[in-house]
Amino acid sequence: MASLRTDLVLLTEWIEPGKHVLDLGCGNGALLVHLREKRQITGYGLEIDDHNITQCIQSGINVIQTDLDKGLSDFEAGAFDYVVMTQTLQAIRHPGKLLQEMLRIGREVIVTFPNFGHWQARLSLALGHMPLSRALPNHWYDTPNIHLCTLADFEDLCDALKIEILQRAVVDPAHKSSLLMRLLPNLMGEIAVYRLKKSTK
Amino acid sequence: MPEKIPDNSVGLVTPQRQSFAQALKLDCGRSLPEYELIYETYGTLNAQASNAVLICHALSGDHHAAGYHSLEDRKPGWWDSCIGPGKPIDTHRFFVVSLNNLGGCKGSTGPNTPNPVTGKLYGADFPMVTVRDWVESQARLAASLGIQQWAAVIGGSLGGMQALQWTLQYPEQVRNAVVIAAAPKLSAQNIAFNEVARQAILSDPDFHAGRYYEHDTVPRRGLMLARMLGHITYLSDDAMRAKFGRELREGKLNFGFDEAEFQVESYLHYQGRSFVDRFDANTYLLMTKALDYFDPASLHEHDLTRALAGVKAKFLVVSFTSDWRFSPARSREIVQALLRNRKTVSYMEVTANQGHDAFLLEIPQYINGFSAYMQHVAREAEQHG
Repeated sequence: MASLRTDLVLLTEWIEPGKHVLDLGCGNGALLVHLREKRQITGYGLEIDDHNITQCIQSGINVIQTDLDKGLSDFEAGAFDYVVMTQTLQAIRHPGKLLQEMLRIGREVIVTFPNFGHWQARLSLALGHMPLSRALPNHWYDTPNIHLCTLADFEDLCDALKIEILQRAVVDPAHKSSLLMRLLPNLMGEIAVYRLKKSTK
Repeated sequence: MPEKIPDNSVGLVTPQRQSFAQALKLDCGRSLPEYELIYETYGTLNAQASNAVLICHALSGDHHAAGYHSLEDRKPGWWDSCIGPGKPIDTHRFFVVSLNNLGGCKGSTGPNTPNPVTGKLYGADFPMVTVRDWVESQARLAASLGIQQWAAVIGGSLGGMQALQWTLQYPEQVRNAVVIAAAPKLSAQNIAFNEVARQAILSDPDFHAGRYYEHDTVPRRGLMLARMLGHITYLSDDAMRAKFGRELREGKLNFGFDEAEFQVESYLHYQGRSFVDRFDANTYLLMTKALDYFDPASLHEHDLTRALAGVKAKFLVVSFTSDWRFSPARSREIVQALLRNRKTVSYMEVTANQGHDAFLLEIPQYINGFSAYMQHVAREAEQHG
């Protein structure tokens, strides 16, 4: 198997062994395969794309063909230990609502998304163009991303929705997390990784 | 007649028969003292008997699922698109068993076979059979073939209900269930359609309370109407529009009731007429009742999650977006109950505009996903050996 995306490697560290995991927008199942091997998890992937579904089935991953924009009402509250969504939040019609749904069905939620506040994105905009980068590879006219945000924006949303941030990390697609990234995450981080739960406050 | 039998066909096949002398107690309270099942097999059973797959048929299906009975056959078996060398149910790897269900009219004991007690054809005296009864009879067939555990039990529509029932009734004997275009129970609307079909048959003057064989006739009009109604519900609105639109057979209106004017009428007449020649009205009545009665959750306070708590099989559940007779929502009920029990399940919701009929068609997304799943089943069967 090709090497795993940086954000996926990182979030694997955050998942305790033997837990029940739901992966929203699971793609070809790579993360679930990885978690099954490294963390002995059980669980399911939700995916909409036909080709990805076939690949998941080939890998022996439990995959449920679902349109995430139609919500998660098929799932009971607290059904999963972790609900994971990687690089998909920005393509969802109602990200806030979906986050709340994820927190309803999962004890903890892990999300990753491209940081629109990264300096390259800011520079592109300063020069008059929508960003194009490793983390944001599509032109504005053919991107699935309709709700891009910065770390600061995301954290504002968490505040408004009473979501507690348990852990945050930023990485770049080359697997690196430098001191600069830790000091200036919203400027230097290309990909954001968050672990969340419902605030008890 | 096929020009030449295609390479990916199972080729010429010959049905086989198995008699069962031990009485079968049925859900309805009656028993069949003895019975016979007709079936076909494709592929080879391996030494460990770990590669056997059972095909369960739908309302009007039978044991002839793949290949040809003779070179004169116009069409292969009803699921030839999915059974054969290199097809999703790959006969290079699996030993496939396909039978005609009890109460059928294609060779297994049913209304058109003799009642051993009277010596006359059963007719309306044939007892009501349920999906559970079928699974019981199929389990006996499995035993007679030396199969202790199916690598997979597979079916579409009413066949999918049998696959699901297998996992409840004999959880240890099914490693995988493929449940296609099915439902955990019929809706009121579905039962209503079945009742109209039954009334069409029952009210035909040639029905003679099910004893039409003795009157040397068949309730042609009733069975034809029942089938016409069925066909409307197996197609989607879009598929009908695409296939027939408002096309007229003669290009003009005739202002009369005598002939089919619109192409869609002609299609329904043809389907109805050809069905009468190959199907038995009493069997049609029995099959629709088996559909209506199927409701495994009813034994668990109508809680499907509880009903499925004990299943051991892994599942592939498939539905088709334009199927309104067995809609995706019905398949998702099965998926949901399995998820809540943390069972192993994958679900495909295939985008298709052909309605319920889609489960018999070669739709790439469906065939690819189904093949991927069955390859997994095959590998598992080989390891099991």
